[in-house]
Amino acid sequence: MLSKKEKKLIKDIWERLTPVAEDIGSEALLRMFTSYPGTKTYFSHLDISPGSAHLNSHGKKIVLAIAGGAKDISQLTVTLAPLQTLHAYQLRIDPTNFKLLSHCMLVTLACYLGEEFTPVAHAAMDKYLSAFAAVLSEKYR
Amino acid sequence: MVEWTDAERNAIATLWSNIDVGEIGPQALARLLVVFPWTQRYFSTFGDLSTPAAIAANPKVAQHGKTVMGGLEIAVKNMDNIKAAYAKLSVMHSEKLHVDPDNFRVLAECISVGVAAKFGPSVFTPGFQEAWQKFLAVVVSALGKQYH
Repeated sequence: MLSKKEKKLIKDIWERLTPVAEDIGSEALLRMFTSYPGTKTYFSHLDISPGSAHLNSHGKKIVLAIAGGAKDISQLTVTLAPLQTLHAYQLRIDPTNFKLLSHCMLVTLACYLGEEFTPVAHAAMDKYLSAFAAVLSEKYR
Repeated sequence: MVEWTDAERNAIATLWSNIDVGEIGPQALARLLVVFPWTQRYFSTFGDLSTPAAIAANPKVAQHGKTVMGGLEIAVKNMDNIKAAYAKLSVMHSEKLHVDPDNFRVLAECISVGVAAKFGPSVFTPGFQEAWQKFLAVVVSALGKQYH
């Protein structure tokens, strides 16, 4: 469960990172593809090589969705409703992969925020990304 | 036996030579105790773990973090037979400490995040991350091997 303090912390971090959504997103994806090659199977129709246009636009899309959800975490199910449908009926990405991307997102955030990514920030972010992933997979079955 | 590419051996050696066990270890354990508070169940004799600040300042957490992180030296020195090198420690964690082996995986994640925060993206590149995580995964597997 996210406390009020944690919700504010998450909202503030993502607000600050929205301008660099493409950088953060593409790096998190690249880290995931490098460490967990099985995740590449969902992108066989795109060019996801480092620096590619697809990697950048896709990374940006994902981070903007995460940042969007952070603006009002209590409304996550409402905000993510269209994405829930997309993932459940079209993309059908195995939800285990959400954990892998979340981990790589945490690593990317740690790289960029350094010392600022304290255990408290890490805990809050991990909880938020878990909640985000859980909502995303709600319509799967 | 695990196959390591030259690039992976290089990444692991480079990272390990730059890691201060006394710095990264305590931070990694503190992250584990804060991010996954149920892990505190194993540390009831450590004193005050009631807040993130208390955990960060706790000397027993610092000492233990250093010990655990230092334990990775065994793997660095025995890259081609990590499983055998950790057999005794695995038995100890199972039969004496009764630690759920899933915690090794979770601690490994905390170590990786800590290393990322310390070294930043130009050192902890996606390639280095892959090698480091593979290394930790082998250690995690070895530590869980003697559980029956």
